[in-house]
Amino acid sequence: MFNDEINKIKKELEIAFNDIDTKEKLDILKQEYMGKNGSITELNSKIKIIPNEEKKSFGMAVNELKAIFNENYERISKSLEEKLINEKLNKDAIDVSLPGVHIEIGSAHPIERIIESLENLLMSMGYDVVEGPEVEKDLYNFELLNLPKGHPARDAQDTFYLKGDEYLLRSQTSPVQVREMLRCKGVEPIRIICPGKTYRRDEDDATHSHQFTQMEGLLVDENITLGDLKGTFEAVAKMLFGEARKTRFRPSFYPFTEPSVEMDISCFNCNGKGCNICKGTGWITVGGAGMVNPIVLKNCGYDPDKWNGFAFGFGIERLAMLKYGINDIRTFYVNHDIRTLKEFDRREY
Amino acid sequence: MAISLNWINDYVDVKNEDKVDLANKITASGINIEKVTTTKIDNLVVGEVIECTNHPDSDHLHVCMVNVGSETLQIVCGASNVRTGIKVIVALPKAKLPDGDKLFEIKKSVIRGVESNGMLCALFELGLEEKTEENYSKGICELDKNAPVGVNALDYLNVSDTTYELDLNPNRTDCNNHIPFAYEVAAVLKKQVTMPDISFKELDEKIDNQVSLDVTTPNVYMYNLMIAKDVKIKESPDFIKHRLEVAGVRSINNVVDISNYVMLEYGQPLHFFDKDVVGDKIVVRMAKDGEVITTLDKEERDLIKDDILITDGDTPLCVAGVMGGLNSGITDKTKNILIESAMFNPYNIRYTSIRLGLRSEASLRFEKPLNYEYCLLALKRACHLLEKYADAKIVKGSLSYDKVDKTPKVIKVTLKDFNSILGMKVTNNDVKETLTNLGFDYQENNDNYEVIVPNRRQDIYPQKEDIIEEVGRLMGYDNIEPTLPLIRTKKGEYRSNIKFRKIISKRMRSLGFNEIRTYTLISEGDSQKYIYNFNKPIKLLKPMLKERSVIRQSLLNSLMEVVNYNLSKKNKDIYLYEIANVYSEKDNEFFEDTKLAFAMTGKYLFNTWNSLNYTTDFYLIKGVIENLLEFLGLNNRYSLTLSGNLPKEIHPKINCEIIVDGKSIGYFGKLHPNVSKEDVYICEMSLSALFEHKTSDVKYIELNKYPTIEKDVAFVLDKSVLAESLVKDIKSYGGKLLTNIKIFDIYTGDKIDDSKKSIAYNLTFEDKTRTLTEEEVMEIFNKIIDNICTKYNASIRDK
Repeated sequence: MFNDEINKIKKELEIAFNDIDTKEKLDILKQEYMGKNGSITELNSKIKIIPNEEKKSFGMAVNELKAIFNENYERISKSLEEKLINEKLNKDAIDVSLPGVHIEIGSAHPIERIIESLENLLMSMGYDVVEGPEVEKDLYNFELLNLPKGHPARDAQDTFYLKGDEYLLRSQTSPVQVREMLRCKGVEPIRIICPGKTYRRDEDDATHSHQFTQMEGLLVDENITLGDLKGTFEAVAKMLFGEARKTRFRPSFYPFTEPSVEMDISCFNCNGKGCNICKGTGWITVGGAGMVNPIVLKNCGYDPDKWNGFAFGFGIERLAMLKYGINDIRTFYVNHDIRTLKEFDRREY
Repeated sequence: MAISLNWINDYVDVKNEDKVDLANKITASGINIEKVTTTKIDNLVVGEVIECTNHPDSDHLHVCMVNVGSETLQIVCGASNVRTGIKVIVALPKAKLPDGDKLFEIKKSVIRGVESNGMLCALFELGLEEKTEENYSKGICELDKNAPVGVNALDYLNVSDTTYELDLNPNRTDCNNHIPFAYEVAAVLKKQVTMPDISFKELDEKIDNQVSLDVTTPNVYMYNLMIAKDVKIKESPDFIKHRLEVAGVRSINNVVDISNYVMLEYGQPLHFFDKDVVGDKIVVRMAKDGEVITTLDKEERDLIKDDILITDGDTPLCVAGVMGGLNSGITDKTKNILIESAMFNPYNIRYTSIRLGLRSEASLRFEKPLNYEYCLLALKRACHLLEKYADAKIVKGSLSYDKVDKTPKVIKVTLKDFNSILGMKVTNNDVKETLTNLGFDYQENNDNYEVIVPNRRQDIYPQKEDIIEEVGRLMGYDNIEPTLPLIRTKKGEYRSNIKFRKIISKRMRSLGFNEIRTYTLISEGDSQKYIYNFNKPIKLLKPMLKERSVIRQSLLNSLMEVVNYNLSKKNKDIYLYEIANVYSEKDNEFFEDTKLAFAMTGKYLFNTWNSLNYTTDFYLIKGVIENLLEFLGLNNRYSLTLSGNLPKEIHPKINCEIIVDGKSIGYFGKLHPNVSKEDVYICEMSLSALFEHKTSDVKYIELNKYPTIEKDVAFVLDKSVLAESLVKDIKSYGGKLLTNIKIFDIYTGDKIDDSKKSIAYNLTFEDKTRTLTEEEVMEIFNKIIDNICTKYNASIRDK
């Protein structure tokens, strides 16, 4: 008899749970069966009138009924929650194809990009990065570099003098090398690069600028060869212009190096076949270099019988013009259109 | 200026060399040849006009039958001098004539109904003469009666030539001259140089009786004189004219041309005086300040004591090495010549020629060290040529002042030196062969060399590296194996403040700023703008332009130029920065300062498709500066305070001075409306000063385990009170349990008095060792309120 009642509730529940489609209805159902006066709760009170021998089986049947109810309740409750969340998610939908909020990337100047890539390579080869003043002594810019007053080589680099010929705006970054040699007093080996601004009395046009940027390197040690310079240059050339570059030295002249060389790379545009970038020669000159002239070593306190080394120099604007395909050197200094600057806002090196 | 290979062939045999190939070899050895030009023209022959009639349909054209050896051609010609019997230059069909930078090909044609199979040429049409009115009116070129019909006309004229245009290193400008260049050719080709003929007959009369020489200055190293008598001034022979033309020197007459010709051979400039004007005395001395000479170009020149002067003992005749005087030079009437071949102190010549603005082929050569051997040879060579081409008779002997040190340069070098400096395999054979090819004398003993540097190589300094370079450049640097120095490995570092500067630069970029670089030199006017802690400006001694005459002390002028340029291009959202050194003079010393300047205007964060954006305002630039300073670890060590002492270009009420550890390092603010109509915000600060404020490394601090208590309060007070000063006071009244003060609301409006504003603060109290009680916090909180209300005459809002 009690079993009939339990079975009846069981059947009722089966139907009732199937009809539930909202959280509210589910709660009402719970109230109806499991609440204070709910039909399942009420079964508990009937235990008193159940004969002793049936009490146990009755209890088990009621518990089973409760378990069935809870199981169904949990299942439906969960599925209703999921439904609710899905509805909310659908309502949240936006047009993800619209552009994002603009966050400016910020760009490095092309000169800075070239300098940093050279610095990274050469620092990994043990070179310290050293700078010196742009307002410089004639002594360091010329005299000690084997360019005494009246030296014809000063012709090529007509200089901005300040205050009675003794001071000038440096025409090259070489005085930084002089300062470093003097600082090391002829007893320490040297490995430095010195990037910086330089100035010459050139009228500004597409290929000349009264202000420009150099990076020179100096290595002073023992038993250094021109081959070491060539290997170092090769590393730089390949880093900047690609592994396929070939390098070449041509004899040249600088008062501060002996022997002196021009450093050429095979043309990256035509791979040496000849084009308008390399003026048909297949080669592009990218810098000057040589073995440090013993006169300069001596002038700066190094004994040339013990020490030797090499120095090299690059015009950064020239490298940037070649690398980025810029035709006018003034692009680096005047009329910085922000749209042009932004072309250089990509990942650096 | 170019080198003629016909001319070179006089000294070293290059007749059968491929001229382009040779040029490449010479360039590889370090003498840079920029351009190779060949003037040979095919299908250009000597012809004879055997019949010449008038064109039936023209009043100035002629129809000629021309024998060109293999056949007779009908050619129409417009020249007025064409006639039967003359020998002419005929351009046959397919001949390519120079036409500016291009070539113009001759073709068979029909001219006013008459067939024409070529062209009769003038010299200027072959590029052998200038195209002038005068040359045009001369008509076609008439060759000698004996000219052989059918041969190449340029070969016949001896003007088929290849020329090299050079781009020389400053130490080897001697190669602009043919004999020194010939030595380079010989070294490359492994051949010998033959020096030119310097022989001549001497008269019995002696020079000593005709002129005396006195040199009174040590700035003359060598001074030689000879006399050539009874010269006949006339046109130069063709070969001299053509060779001078190639070298870019105008032909004047045989005598003047010879002095230039010899200079272009040896590199030794000569000076010819009219002996009859000069008289019997030459005195070489330094000029006096204020002395005057009228030079060849009829200009009166003021001299100074550094100029070397040739005089007749009284009157100046010539500014040594630079330019002759008007009266003593060669004219059409000159009979007797006094020939000078000299060496001067190069520095004097250089300064004089620069000062007078007279830099000539001669003075440029005098500016470099000359070879005393050539000084003497050139003199004799000139005599030889004057005798041969100007019928001159040479007076016996020469006058000579000679203070040249003739000790030969001897350089000691070992075989090992070659290997260890060049880094390539060099054998004794290599060294010996190369030295021989260069024409250097040497002795070798057990791998030890003693090399005697020839005098013609003034560029070589007596040290082993110079000889090593000579051998290296001729063996070719392509033989050098690339290696890396075998030295200790170490990590490279940024010295001094470079890394600090790079960190700031990167930070600026990550905050969205674009880096620019502008000029260090600005105008005097601009150097007076944005004045802030300026020192004495540094000016150039000789500026090229007024716009670039002073070294800047502020980057803001240039930065604002870029901002304005962009605004004019309708770029509205602008974020720019520059880091650069500025220089000034302070206590008689130059002072360097690394500055950071940046400018911002327009939208900062924005969406293109709705109005959501943040437009640059004062608080954004302030945020950038706070971001930067706190990134550097300067929290609680800086203050940003309104200043009345900023440049006039800055808004007086919307600005702050940046104070770090009590010292001002720069400022920021809105531009004054007088300076910009746009809302532009700028900042400039000294990174050198900032770098001095060292910060410590990060150290972990455990967070407070005990709960915090927060209290809010809003003060209503006078509008002029700055939020920052209130914060300071709150902090001091709050004591150490008050750990954070945040402003969370600013209000002005209807609900409070017009002259007042309301500032709301959120205060955080905590103690790291225990839990605070509400009572003790309220006690501090009330104390703060009471003190603030009293001090600022403030009230509490909503209370």
